[in-house]
Amino acid sequence: MTLPDNLKYTKDHEWIRVEGNVATIGITDFAQGELGDIVFVEIETLGETLGAGDVFGTVEAVKTVSDLFMPLSGEIIEVNEELEGQPEIINSDPYEKGWMIKVNIDNVKEIENLLSVEAYKEVTGQ
Amino acid sequence: MELKSVALKETHIALGAKMVPFAGYYMPLKYGSETEEHLKVRQGVGVFDVSHMGEFIVEGPGALDLIQYVCSNDAASLSPGKVQYACLPNGQGGIVDDLLVYMIAPELYMLVVNASNIEKDWKWLQNHNRFGARLKNISDETSLFAIQGPKAGAVVKKVTNVATEAMKYYTFAEGNILDILPDALISATGYTGAGGFEIYVSNDKAQQVWDALFEAGAEEGIAPIGLGARDTLRLEMGYCLYGNDIDDTTSPIEAGLGWITKFNKSFIDDQRLKTQKEEGVNRKLTGFVMIDKGIPRQGYELMNANDEIIGKVSSGSISPVLNQGIGLGYVATGYSKADTEIFVSVRGRKLRARVSRLPFIKNQ
Repeated sequence: MTLPDNLKYTKDHEWIRVEGNVATIGITDFAQGELGDIVFVEIETLGETLGAGDVFGTVEAVKTVSDLFMPLSGEIIEVNEELEGQPEIINSDPYEKGWMIKVNIDNVKEIENLLSVEAYKEVTGQ
Repeated sequence: MELKSVALKETHIALGAKMVPFAGYYMPLKYGSETEEHLKVRQGVGVFDVSHMGEFIVEGPGALDLIQYVCSNDAASLSPGKVQYACLPNGQGGIVDDLLVYMIAPELYMLVVNASNIEKDWKWLQNHNRFGARLKNISDETSLFAIQGPKAGAVVKKVTNVATEAMKYYTFAEGNILDILPDALISATGYTGAGGFEIYVSNDKAQQVWDALFEAGAEEGIAPIGLGARDTLRLEMGYCLYGNDIDDTTSPIEAGLGWITKFNKSFIDDQRLKTQKEEGVNRKLTGFVMIDKGIPRQGYELMNANDEIIGKVSSGSISPVLNQGIGLGYVATGYSKADTEIFVSVRGRKLRARVSRLPFIKNQ
C-alpha cells in the first residue's frame, strides 16, 4: 500500500493535495483495495458549493457502494472526466490519474483539521 | 462465534488473498481483481477453495426414505454416480437450505449443504430421521476445490485416471488424484455456469491436491479465485444464493425452484407447495437488467411506473460479462414477465430496469 507523505488525509480514506486555494481530492490506495474493482463513479455536484462532511458523490465497486465525503468546504470546480469511461484507474493509480474532484477551498483553516500521513496510517492500522 | 478455518488458510494468505469472515469461516474473498478472476473462469480456468461447504453422509436402509421425506426433489430417480439439486422445505412454506444429493451407492448418499446452515441442517435431519438412517457429518474433515471454466477439463484430466471428458453434467466418479490419494470424489458440477469439476478430498491431502492442480494447470494459466467472483459468476447464471434469494421465508415455488419440487412422492410441505404450484403465487423471484446506469444492491426497493413498491432486490451486482447492473428480486407476479419495465430505487433515484430471462448470459 502506498501513502505519499506530501498529501493530507481523512478518516474516510480520502486524500487531499492542496495547491494554493485549490484542493484535489481522491480516495487512498487503502480505500481502493478495500472496495475492490471500481466499476462506476457518480459525481453530479460540479459547480455546487458543499460543506465539509457533505456527500459529493458515490463510488461503486463490484461488491459494494460507498459515499464520497467533502474533506473541506468549497465549490467543486472540476470533476475528473476520465472516470466516466475508465473508473478502474482509481484502482491502478489512486493518487494521480484516479483523482476525483478539485475544490475551491472556502476556508483554509479547515486544512488544519485534515490528517497527516502518520495520523492516517494509524487509521488504517498499518 | 469463533471463525473456523479451511485447511489451506495459510496457502491463501501466502497467495495474497484478502481474507474475510463468511458463513463462520475465514475465507478468501479475492486474490487480486475480482473482475479478472471472474473473466478467468468464464474464459480459462480457475480454482475455488470452497471447503467451508458442509458434507453429510446418509446411509443404511432408511437413507433414501429420509432423503425423500426432507428433500423437494425426487431422489428415487438417482442412480449411483448421479447428483441432484434439491431444497429442504421447512414445513412452513419456506426453505431450510438448498443442497446437492450425491448417490454413491444404494443406501449410501452424500448431501452437500451451505456452510452457514451446517448446524441447522444437521439438527433438521436428526429431528426428521424416523427412518433409522445413519448420519455422519464429515464437513470438518473434508476439503472441496471447484475447478471451473472452459479449460477445467484439460486440467483435471492431467491429475486423474477417471475418464472426466466422458462425464456428463451432474454426475461424479470416485478416482485417484495422481498418487496422492486413490479415492477422491470428482464431480462434474459447479456454481459458475462455466463448466468444470468439483473435487472432494480429505483435509490431510488438501495441500498436495491443490499443488497438483496448479502444476497441472500452469499451461492453461490456472489461477486461484475468491468468493467475490464466485458470487458474480453465480448471479450471471441466475443461481439462487441461500440467505439472499432463498431463505426460511421464501417458498421453492416463488423462487422458481418448481423444477426441483416433485409431487410424485410425499415430503415435508408437499401439500402446501402443490397448492402454490397449481394456484400460483403472488410473488416470484425475477431477474432484471439495468437499463439506466447503476448497480442494484440487496435490499433496494423495486417499483412500477407509478412509484408503487412491487418488490425488493435479493441479489445485485454488476455483470462483468455484460458490464451492466443485474439483479434478482421478488416482485409481484404481474411484473415478472420478461421485458417488463420496472424501476429500482438506487439511493433515492428511480432507475429503469428490464425483467430478464435467466440466465443473464448464454450458458457456455
